[in-house]
Amino acid sequence: MLLRHTTKEVKERKALTVNPAKTCQPVGAMYAALGVHGCLPHSHGSQGCCSYHRSALTRHYKEPIMAATSSFTEGSSVFGGQANLLQAIDNIFGIYEPQIIAIHSTCLSETIGDDLGQIVGKAKDDGRIPEGKHVVQASTPSYVGSHVTGYANMLEAFVKYFAFKTDEKLRQVNLLSGWVEPSDMRELKRLAGLMDIKTVLLPDTSDVVDTPMTGKYQMYPKGGTTIEEMVSMGNSMSTVALGEWGAKSAAIALDNKCKVPFSMNDVPVGVSATDRFIQALSTAGKVSIPEIISEERGRLVDMMTDMHQYFYGKRVALFGDPDTLLPLTEFLLDLDMKPVYIVSGTPGKRFTQRMEEILGDKLAETKFKNGPNADMFLLHQWIKEEPVDLLIGNTYGKYIARDENIPFVRMGFPIIDRVGHSYFPTVGYQGGLRILEKILGAIMDKIDATAPEESFELVM
Amino acid sequence: MPNKKDYTNGLPDPSQLKEEMLAKYPRKVAKKRSKAMVINDPEQNQEIAANIRTIPGIITQRGCTYAGCKGVVLGPTRDIINLVHGPIGCSFYAWLTRRNQTRVPEGGDNFIPYSFSTDMQDENIVFGGEKKLKEAIREAFEIFNPSSIGIFSTCPVGLIGDDVHSVARDMKAELGINIFGFSCEGYRGVSQSAGHHIANNGVFKNVVGNNDRPRKGKFQVNLLGEYNIGGDAFEIEALFEEVGVELLSTFSGNSTIESMEYSHTADLNMVMCHRSINYIAEMMEEKYGIPWFKVNFIGAESTAKSLRKMADYFGDKELSAKVEEVIAREMLKVKAVADVVKPKTEGKLAMMFVGGSRAHHYQDLFTELGVKTVSAGYEFAHRDDYEGREVIPSIKIDADTRNIEDLVVEKDENLFRDDLVEKKAKLEESGYEFKDYKGMMPDMQKNSLVIDDVNHWETEKLIEFYKPDVFCAGIKEKYVVQKYGVPLKQLHSYDYGGPYAAFGGAINFYNEMERMLGTKIWKLVDAPWKLEPEIVGSVTVDA
Repeated sequence: MLLRHTTKEVKERKALTVNPAKTCQPVGAMYAALGVHGCLPHSHGSQGCCSYHRSALTRHYKEPIMAATSSFTEGSSVFGGQANLLQAIDNIFGIYEPQIIAIHSTCLSETIGDDLGQIVGKAKDDGRIPEGKHVVQASTPSYVGSHVTGYANMLEAFVKYFAFKTDEKLRQVNLLSGWVEPSDMRELKRLAGLMDIKTVLLPDTSDVVDTPMTGKYQMYPKGGTTIEEMVSMGNSMSTVALGEWGAKSAAIALDNKCKVPFSMNDVPVGVSATDRFIQALSTAGKVSIPEIISEERGRLVDMMTDMHQYFYGKRVALFGDPDTLLPLTEFLLDLDMKPVYIVSGTPGKRFTQRMEEILGDKLAETKFKNGPNADMFLLHQWIKEEPVDLLIGNTYGKYIARDENIPFVRMGFPIIDRVGHSYFPTVGYQGGLRILEKILGAIMDKIDATAPEESFELVM
Repeated sequence: MPNKKDYTNGLPDPSQLKEEMLAKYPRKVAKKRSKAMVINDPEQNQEIAANIRTIPGIITQRGCTYAGCKGVVLGPTRDIINLVHGPIGCSFYAWLTRRNQTRVPEGGDNFIPYSFSTDMQDENIVFGGEKKLKEAIREAFEIFNPSSIGIFSTCPVGLIGDDVHSVARDMKAELGINIFGFSCEGYRGVSQSAGHHIANNGVFKNVVGNNDRPRKGKFQVNLLGEYNIGGDAFEIEALFEEVGVELLSTFSGNSTIESMEYSHTADLNMVMCHRSINYIAEMMEEKYGIPWFKVNFIGAESTAKSLRKMADYFGDKELSAKVEEVIAREMLKVKAVADVVKPKTEGKLAMMFVGGSRAHHYQDLFTELGVKTVSAGYEFAHRDDYEGREVIPSIKIDADTRNIEDLVVEKDENLFRDDLVEKKAKLEESGYEFKDYKGMMPDMQKNSLVIDDVNHWETEKLIEFYKPDVFCAGIKEKYVVQKYGVPLKQLHSYDYGGPYAAFGGAINFYNEMERMLGTKIWKLVDAPWKLEPEIVGSVTVDA
């Protein structure tokens, strides 16, 4: 047993987190900043954070992940990090020449109270920011929320800095997405394209963290939302925001600053959430839904009906980030599966409320929890109390899956032992097909591996 | 990309490359970086600037003190609960991401697959986190029943004034198990290195000497600074076992806290990673009289040399005979593989930029394959790792490192081994060397470019200039370098392969180099239509 110390009996914990179902803010800010074209993320703290966050994203994408750091020393931790950041800004523009530096903070700079806005203001006054270049900053204290909060904070900083309202009215829709993969970003754009809606997607990590091998390294790949696009968001017809935790604060900021109305939606995972997304998009873009999308939907529902016997009644444990866990739970219910245990390390009261709405009276037996102490140790203990048929979550789930012999589907962040997440979407109807393929693959592999010889099936 | 340089008469002079690298920097930065780049001449005693603060915004590969302390030194010990006091990130990122393997006996504790954190929230920053830390220790004790708990401080802990050492004392008294703290806040020092030192101090003060296990076997040794990445220590352990040497404790691959507790009863300390563990080697000699020397189990020749040095130390005929027997047998196997691989690798060029020791060790393996190391450097090594230990007295301790405590160690009157001191003196008379780390630079060729704390910009220029056949570094560099069409071998994680230590490891490494240097995949990078003149379609479609 890998997790030999995990006991069945649940002892209430108030202070100790074991095997977290979250990580800290700055990695989210770094990821969001990578979704902006020509942008170099910068971590204002000691350099360990920056290295860890770059490594985590690199392991997940198997791609270069660039970011700079203020490299605090003990001296700067006592006297403040202004000198470090100013020096960093000089060096970054001088050596690495990005269009934008997107600064986020860490628990170090937040605890000592460095005021990023003031330091960036000083950099501007001192003429350290070259003409036509930009420095955007977001406060991302690691002791508040989770990596998803950091993503949201950086997103909010971008729209506050760039989006600008003029008299021009653009026939376009803003798409603000919660934390999804570059493959998902592509899928969102493809769906909007099928509906003939011009969108500005922020952030857009496609063509940034999934670049081709060309024999040439490009520090700033061709992807990412451009400055012009971000500026234009202030003149869009409306905003479709996906994921309350990841995208809501940016949508509100855009509404406040530029009076662009927004609709708040789930990240489109599964049939029902994708249905609502497509409808929201059609409303926002004032277009009708083309037949081709109905056909895509039909193929997903077709697979659900074809394979229903393998889904029906299966008990599922899942962990991850709220913006994807909520629609995923709904999708599992649509499949007549039983999402019985759900944890997310990311705090937020809305989680309980939304889970209750989604579960309704369908599943009285479901246990779910989020926030501090809602960790994978607790999830594992629940599984030990009464086993499940399927586990869905990031790579860290593999230890539980192996110990308890549970079919395991990798979804979420980070996935550091398999590939696919950056190339094949899990959002939209297409993404739904992929999720089902993975679930079926995992469940059927176990059936094949454990079936008695006489009932080993050729056709399934 | 320019053609490869001519290497027939030695390595090309990289002066121009160095100038080009520096030209991009602001004046002050250029001055600093210039001192961190040495055009090597093994005949000269050249000085390199190392272990100094990182330049902000330069895109360093360095990590922090916490990583050096928790991630590197204590992380591999399986039966201690490593409780991280801080917000969640530090604990999350050091969770199973270094590949320190461990073999747990039936019924033994293994906390390595777990991540323990106090998950500090804003109220803990405002009102202090000591209460939560104490409660977390109680909960950990109640649920996991460990024999020891280590507390690791992260950035905010020092700033808000949480005293992890007093919490450790209180909780040790309350729970009756060994509990100790480390002030390894990420901003201390300038890199992982300070964390090594802090970990060494903590382990020496709180663990070493706690248990006087009766002697087992004729020859008792410790292996210091071997972290069992990808099973390296398993290879070495097997060799010791076969020749009849009792390995008391490894710091800290495949280790237990208990084994560290009786490590002071060894007759000899052998140091693999000089940077991370030389402090404990020195302190054990001062307190207990145990001599140490440097070994290298990376490379078949180096392994043989290290085993012989160990046998010579004990001066036992039977042991020497056994060692020679094992070397002869293993070298046959190694040679069989080398004979196949070397013709395919001979003359290829390597570069390596790895933490604090492997950039040196792995040059031995490459030499065995006829691969030239054209440029190398460390993230966080000190001058002694580059230039040799004789420069230690001349190293200036700057303001960033001054606050890292140097323990004052006194001789243990009861346990001090005068016999070992005598033995050491006698051996030294006959030319046998102890504390014998000569550093990386004397081992490197003339005109090789040695760079400390290499950054992204310099990496780009290096690749452009040398167009190496293989680049050795870590995960953050891997995909950057490979986008250039240059394969990168991770020498931290071994790309999830290994072991590469000792004879079996050398064979694995040879095979790995055969794969990496021989693959045709890189030739597929350019699509055929990018190489051939484009065939113009005869039909055009006009919509």
